[in-house]
Amino acid sequence: MRTIIEKLWDSHVVYEREGAPTLLYIDLHLVHEVTSPQAFQGLRERGLTVRRPDLTIATADHSIPTSDRSFPIVDEIAAKQLAQLETNCSGFGIRCLGIHSDLQGIVHVIGPELGLTQPGMTVVCGDSHTSTHGAFGALAFGIGTSEVEHVLASQCLLQRQSKTFQVQVDGTLKPGVTAKDIILALIARIGIGGGTGSVFEYSGSAIRALSMEERMTVCNMSIEGGARAGLIAPDDTTFQYLCGRPHAPKGAAWDAALARWKRLPTDDGAAYGRGVSIDADALEPMITYGTNPGMGLAITASLPDPAQISDPLQRDSVTKALKYMGLEGGKPLLGHAIDVVFIGSCTNSRISDLRAAAGLLKGRKVSSKVRVMVVPGSQEVKRQAIAEGLPEIFRAAGCEWREPGCSMCIAMNGDQLAPGEYSVSTSNRNFEGRQGKGGRTFLASPLTAAASAVTGVVTDVRTVL
Amino acid sequence: MKKYINFESRVVTLPLNNIDTDQIIPARFLKTTSKQGLDAHLFHDWRYDVQGNPNPDFVLNQPGARGARVFLAGDNFGCGSSREHAPWALTQFGFRAVVSTSFADIFRQNSLKNSLLPIAIPADAHAELLAAGPGAVVAVDLVNQTLTLPGGRKVEFPVDEFSKHCLVEGVDELGYILQQDAAIARFEAAHPAGINALA
Repeated sequence: MRTIIEKLWDSHVVYEREGAPTLLYIDLHLVHEVTSPQAFQGLRERGLTVRRPDLTIATADHSIPTSDRSFPIVDEIAAKQLAQLETNCSGFGIRCLGIHSDLQGIVHVIGPELGLTQPGMTVVCGDSHTSTHGAFGALAFGIGTSEVEHVLASQCLLQRQSKTFQVQVDGTLKPGVTAKDIILALIARIGIGGGTGSVFEYSGSAIRALSMEERMTVCNMSIEGGARAGLIAPDDTTFQYLCGRPHAPKGAAWDAALARWKRLPTDDGAAYGRGVSIDADALEPMITYGTNPGMGLAITASLPDPAQISDPLQRDSVTKALKYMGLEGGKPLLGHAIDVVFIGSCTNSRISDLRAAAGLLKGRKVSSKVRVMVVPGSQEVKRQAIAEGLPEIFRAAGCEWREPGCSMCIAMNGDQLAPGEYSVSTSNRNFEGRQGKGGRTFLASPLTAAASAVTGVVTDVRTVL
Repeated sequence: MKKYINFESRVVTLPLNNIDTDQIIPARFLKTTSKQGLDAHLFHDWRYDVQGNPNPDFVLNQPGARGARVFLAGDNFGCGSSREHAPWALTQFGFRAVVSTSFADIFRQNSLKNSLLPIAIPADAHAELLAAGPGAVVAVDLVNQTLTLPGGRKVEFPVDEFSKHCLVEGVDELGYILQQDAAIARFEAAHPAGINALA
C-alpha cells in the first residue's frame, strides 16, 4: 500500500546506487528568465545540449513590465535578461512563450492552462511555487539554478525521497471563506518550517469540493509551509479541467491516460509520516500580519503580544515583525488603513480569482486612498476576462487593469510599494521588502483584497457580501 | 568546484529565526544574467539604509565580518524563494558554512552545490554558540562531520555521504548524472513522453 507521493516517486526512478541519491526523471521542465541564464551559460561552458527540448518550455514573467507592451522596456538590465531568455531558447531549441507571445503568462498559470501539467508527472522549475502543479496529482517542486542546468542537460535530478505529510481538510467552507484561507490557516498552524523535508498530500471533503484553480491556490503555497511539494490526487474535477486543453492527450491516448491516472490516488490504508486535520466549517477569512506567511490569523483575531511568548528567538522574531509592520501587539488588524491592493500572482491571478474580485467590486468604487492593481496571470486569463467584461468592472471601480506577469508579488519590474506603505495582496509572501523595500504586506484572499479595496481598511469580507 | 578543506573561523552571528532568501538577496538584484557581483547585495536591505549608506548596527558592517567564513543564524535558515543567488552571494562574501538548527530544503540543496556547507546542530549546542558572543571561533571538520565550539566541545552534524564526497573531492553532481546516460536512455525508451512542448 502506497501513497500517491510514493507512487509518483517509484514511477520516476531512473537509477539507484548505494550511498548516492536517486536519479529521478523529470517529465516537464518550466523555465523563466530569472533563474535560467546561469544554467544555460553552464551548458555552454561544458559544451552540452538540452536533452529534451520537447519536455521543456519557457516564458517571461518575473522581470517583465505589466504596462503597455508596445513600448520598449525602460529597465535596461531587465530588458537584457529578457533578451537573453529568447537567445538561450532559440540557441538550445526550446519553445519560448516570450513577452510578445499570445500565450505568455506566469509560468505556474500557463503550464496548467496549456494542458502541459498532467497527473502522474514530475514537474520542476527554478521557482519555489512550482508546487502549484501538484494540484493535478503531479510531483512538482522548485529547484535552484544548478539543478535547472542538470535537468536541461539530462532531464534528471538527484533527489532524496521526502517524508509524506497528510493534510486532511473536511467540512464545508462558509461564504467568504476560500481556498486561500485554507492554506493560510494551515501555514499559521504548522509554521513556515512545519513541512520541511516533507511533501503534503491535501485530502478530505473540503479539498474534493475545490475547483482546479482553487486547488492550485492551495498547492501553490505548500512551500510557505516548508514543503517543497504539495499535491492533490486527481479526480473527475481534474480530468474535466484537462480534457480538450491544447497539450492534453486526445482520442485513444486520452483513454489510456485516464486509466493510468485513475490508479494514482493513495491506496486505502497507506500510512503517512505525519498528518494534520483542519475543520473547514470552523475556518474564517485569514490574513497575515507579520513578515512571513506563518504569521497569520483569522481576520477577526487580535495580533499576538510578544510579552506572552516564552521562547526568546520566537519572541524576538514577532517583536521584529510587528516593528517592521508598524503594528502593536494585542490590537486587532481589522480597520487598519491600507495604501495598495494587489490582485494577482501565481497564487491568485486565474480567471476565478478575477471573477471573485470583480463580483464584489461590480457597482462599487474603491477607496480614493487606495491604489488597486489587477494583474491577470496570463494572456489567456486576460482574454477570458475581457470576454466576460471584467476589465470594465475593474476600471469603473477605480482599479488598474494591467498586463500579465508576476508584478508586485516579487516587485522586480517596478511594480512596488513605497517604503512604509501597506498592501493587502493576494500573493504568497509577506517577507520584509518583498513587495518593495520598506513595504508592508498583508496576505489574503481575492475576496478580502477586494473588500478592503472598497473600504480602504483591512476588512472582513463577510460584512460586505 | 574546489575541494572543501577543514578550517577554523570567526563566527558572524545574526540570531533570527526564519531568515528568508529575499533578505539574503532581495529580488530586484536578480535581474543579472551572471553569478558574479552578488556579494555587494548580500543582506542588502538590512545592510544599507534607504540612502545606500552602511547601517552600522548590521553585523556585516561590523569589524570582523570581512574574512569570517562561518555565518550563524536561527532556525529554518534560507526559507522562501529557490534563488541560488542566495548561496552565491554568501560564498562570494567569503562564507563557507552556515550554522543553524535547521535549513529550508531548497536552500540546503543549493548550498551543497556551491561549496557552502549547511551545518545543522542541536538546539543546546546552537544556544551555546550564540552565547559565546562576538569573535567566537569554531572549527569545521567536514570529513569527521564535527563543529568544534569555542569551549572545545565537538558537535556532530549530518551530511549525506554523496554530498560529502562531492565537497571533499571537489566534484559536481552533473558529471555523475551524465555518467548514467545509458540508464536515462533505458528509462526514456520504456516511458514515452506524454507531451510535446514544441508542438
